[in-house]
Amino acid sequence: MSEPWEDEPEGPVRKFMYVNRRAPYGTIYALESLEVVLIAAAFEQDVSLVFMDDGVYQIKKGQKTEGIGVKNFSPTYRALEGYDVEKLYVEKESLESRGMTTDDLVVPVQVFDKDQLAALMEEQEVILSF
Amino acid sequence: MKLSILVNEGPYQHQSADSAIQFTKAALEKGHEIFRVFFYHDGVNNGTRFAVPPQDDRNITDQWTKLAEEYKLDLVVCIAAAQRRGILDENEAKRQGKDGNNIAPGFRISGLGQLIEAGIQSERLVIFGD
Amino acid sequence: MAMLHTVNKSPFERRTLDSCLRHAVKGSAILLIEDGVYAAFKGTVIADKVKAALSDHKVYVLGPDVSARGMDEDNLIPGLEVVDYGGFVDLVVEYDKVQSWL
Repeated sequence: MSEPWEDEPEGPVRKFMYVNRRAPYGTIYALESLEVVLIAAAFEQDVSLVFMDDGVYQIKKGQKTEGIGVKNFSPTYRALEGYDVEKLYVEKESLESRGMTTDDLVVPVQVFDKDQLAALMEEQEVILSF
Repeated sequence: MKLSILVNEGPYQHQSADSAIQFTKAALEKGHEIFRVFFYHDGVNNGTRFAVPPQDDRNITDQWTKLAEEYKLDLVVCIAAAQRRGILDENEAKRQGKDGNNIAPGFRISGLGQLIEAGIQSERLVIFGD
Repeated sequence: MAMLHTVNKSPFERRTLDSCLRHAVKGSAILLIEDGVYAAFKGTVIADKVKAALSDHKVYVLGPDVSARGMDEDNLIPGLEVVDYGGFVDLVVEYDKVQSWL
């Protein structure tokens, strides 16, 4: 028997974008926004996940968190595909200005420049920022 | 128009809660419908009835409670974020074996699905955060 | 479909306004609220950037946040429009969606 908060309403499919602009661990936004994406997957909406500004650090490889006593949640990004969240975008300028390339990332992403991202944002119906 | 609000920060620490209250009031006075106000991250702290702010200053939780009462608002505190931060209703307190509960009148605890539903069912989602 | 962007942090504290302006397409509107209103005034190092934004966007500033901070509406960058919370609501309704730059 499902809990009340597990019931999924039926309804339209809308274009949802989750905008991640903050680094992981320094604040909780990265972790808790990922939790939204995972729960939201059950609602089968048209989801795009964007990493820009310091958000690109969320999906950086090689996170070892034992020393700070905090759980490493970066492996969870690899699970997104299993939840049918496949449209992951990284902003080119944000990566480059941080000296990173897609080789540094834990998941495959599409690299968009700022104008392409701006156009993608315009297409969305609901934009969530954390 | 059907609007939903997302409040990402706790009362007093950031202006988000105040801005959200002022916006919500203005929207209601203009005759718009507020589908839901959802509290996430530290925003769940808006929902504790144990806050005793100074008498000569605003009581943010009370403001939410009164608005909810007057306009039959649906104020939803995210269960995952609430569990992390110690905001409990009677059921949750029992489930978790805690010796008290603190949810304020007018608020209810529920899942992240309620936020997604708000995004799907509302015509606009406005986010207040840091 | 035109978007309303809100910016709530000071341009001197965070690069949020920068990020917003880099992603706001022509015809979208920007509303400065909370500490974001500090971007709205003449004589700052970013005033020219905000003035330039006016050629592609309507830029609004939330009056109550301006007053709260003791800032002078007479010192606003010309072309910016002051709204109250009712005006904020009207903007949300007028534009197709809202993106909050936090």
